[in-house]
Amino acid sequence: MKVGLFIPCYIDQFYPQVGIATLQILEKNGCEVVFPLNQTCCGQPMANSGFNHLSNGCNENFTENFVGVDYIVCPSGSCTLHIKDHLTSAKNPEQAVIIRKQVYELTEFLVDVLHLTKISSRFPYRVGFHSSCHGQRGLHLSSMSEQMLPHFSKPELLLNTIEGITVLKPERVDECCGFGGTFSIFEEAVSSKMGKDRIHQHAQNSVDYITGVDMSCLMHMEGILKRQNSSIKVIHIAEILNAG
Amino acid sequence: MNTTAQKHATNAATYIADEQRTNWHDETLWFVRHKRDLAATKVPEWEALRNTASNIKEHTLSNLDLYLAEFEKNALQNGIIVHWAPDAAAHNQIVHSIIKEAGIKQIVKSKSMLTEECHLNEYLIQNGIEVVDTDLGERIVQFRKEIPSHIVLPAIHLKKEDVSDTFHQHLGTEKDNNDPQYLTSAARVHLRNKFIESSLAITGVNFAIAETGGFVVCTNEGNADMGTHSANIHIACMGIEKIIPQQKHLGVFTRLLARSATGQAITTYTSHFHRPQKNKAIHVVIVDNGRSTQLGRKDFRNSLKCIRCGACSNTCPVFRRSGGHSYHIAVAGPIGSILAPNIDMKRYADLPFASSLCGSCSNVCPVKIDIHDQLWKWRQELMKQGYSNWYKKLMMQSMAFVLSKPKLYRFTGKTARIFLRTVPFLFQSKSLNPWYKNREFPAAPKQSFTEWYKQNKK
Repeated sequence: MKVGLFIPCYIDQFYPQVGIATLQILEKNGCEVVFPLNQTCCGQPMANSGFNHLSNGCNENFTENFVGVDYIVCPSGSCTLHIKDHLTSAKNPEQAVIIRKQVYELTEFLVDVLHLTKISSRFPYRVGFHSSCHGQRGLHLSSMSEQMLPHFSKPELLLNTIEGITVLKPERVDECCGFGGTFSIFEEAVSSKMGKDRIHQHAQNSVDYITGVDMSCLMHMEGILKRQNSSIKVIHIAEILNAG
Repeated sequence: MNTTAQKHATNAATYIADEQRTNWHDETLWFVRHKRDLAATKVPEWEALRNTASNIKEHTLSNLDLYLAEFEKNALQNGIIVHWAPDAAAHNQIVHSIIKEAGIKQIVKSKSMLTEECHLNEYLIQNGIEVVDTDLGERIVQFRKEIPSHIVLPAIHLKKEDVSDTFHQHLGTEKDNNDPQYLTSAARVHLRNKFIESSLAITGVNFAIAETGGFVVCTNEGNADMGTHSANIHIACMGIEKIIPQQKHLGVFTRLLARSATGQAITTYTSHFHRPQKNKAIHVVIVDNGRSTQLGRKDFRNSLKCIRCGACSNTCPVFRRSGGHSYHIAVAGPIGSILAPNIDMKRYADLPFASSLCGSCSNVCPVKIDIHDQLWKWRQELMKQGYSNWYKKLMMQSMAFVLSKPKLYRFTGKTARIFLRTVPFLFQSKSLNPWYKNREFPAAPKQSFTEWYKQNKK
């Protein structure tokens, strides 16, 4: 099984360890992983700001890079959702359609495609699980508190098999952290307040770490945690699944 | 950044500066969301009910012309007088002419978001009519010369201390007596007199039934009934989207409405109006005011399914923290943000951006409007039409340029990381860099993932 590794731009630049962990998990589980070197960004920052019409360059670049693989796997629910919902290509429209069907968020891929039910890893800490909106409500990685449907969660299914881990959820189980891409800049006051409130609920559970499937949410919360000189750290779910 | 395109953000920042009040507002509305969850849990077929409601509305919107005509025919047969208003101005004129013809100077009005949308109160007051809003929350904001801050909880932005001050000023209650029982009693006495004095009552319409020519008004305070029972003339104002085809469909919506709005199984009063009593008159004013334009917008037409329950506002993490007034329009919150640009794109260009696109609104919506997807689509529409700030546009153009060129992207990323490590103070301005105001930057690693990969895996 040939997997194209899709590493979002901000992970590439600021959180390389998340990319490494993702790559190693996939390889450990028997995937042949290729990392197309000329990938950049999925185009979401422009699109969510109302400038989807400016993201054609990103779209074409993405489509050119991810050719000849069986699946595309990404350690971000948000970037995965953007590709799934919005990727188009004027030069190679058929390939864009194929990519939209091939792209998976990491935990979704591990559970739905590789059918993993257990991960052998050890992480003896109290870990707060942050449910990232685009993964949850967009990709349906888990059930949602608003809907009266049976509970399930692909990321938690994996997390709960980690040795030594205590997974804790905040009182409002799936409220948004307020990152929202450029929302964090243009609606700074609301964004920061939402982040502070999320952190406060995790802190009430005395967590050592906050984890999730989206590093962008974690980057936003990390920024606030550091400003508050908090001892709570953020860690991407891939790093926990790959902790050894 | 204090421009129209940033108005919500600016208003929100002002509101959030009072963090205690923000927390209180957030917790109050979250409590309502929680009540909604509990109520929905008790209905095993909840999700099927939402589907059914959404489908009925879908069907109705696709046949709106037929159902409106059917409603008019049946209403006329029942002895109701039907008026058609293409816009807010026509609506206000029609209502005023009915009042004027009857020689009335003082009227009562129960809750109606349509009349808020049309600015009916201002119009009537300018024409010398005294208008008394009889919904308690509406009366409070009316005293304060404010717009409602929430579709169903118009005074939810106010604490009991605020209400006490307002009543002290307008009703002469004791200063600093914050006892809710005392304050509501004062409002009750005040409003009873207004009901008795007024011979004309205006109400909104929750549902109008094409099959019967009747309509339904839902309230919790019974104020619509108090008003209409003591008046000789009842004017009911409704948007064209309030139609449902048949009486049998009504139950689907009444089961969803109150549960979604406040977590009640049903509103305290669900009043059915079919025909006027002897020697009395019922007028129905059917208003378009941009709705047929919205109906013609493929991406946005199903926003007209809205039954005004306010659940999207209660669940919205932005609304709960920014307050309803930050939206600078009476129909606020997520649903307001997809309705408002239809009326005035320039004025409300900021609203579709007042969202983190978390999608919770679409999940609670009892008629399954894809609110967050429509917010995204409005953003595209508004930016294409040029309702952007120059700096935002420039920022996006630069990003799009860099991110579409792999070599330039890698160079820029590396340079930025070097700068962040060596001269971090360049980025550390709380006034110039919104990110840094309340957040630190991530540590800038020496090696990107791509650089690591080239070194270790290639």
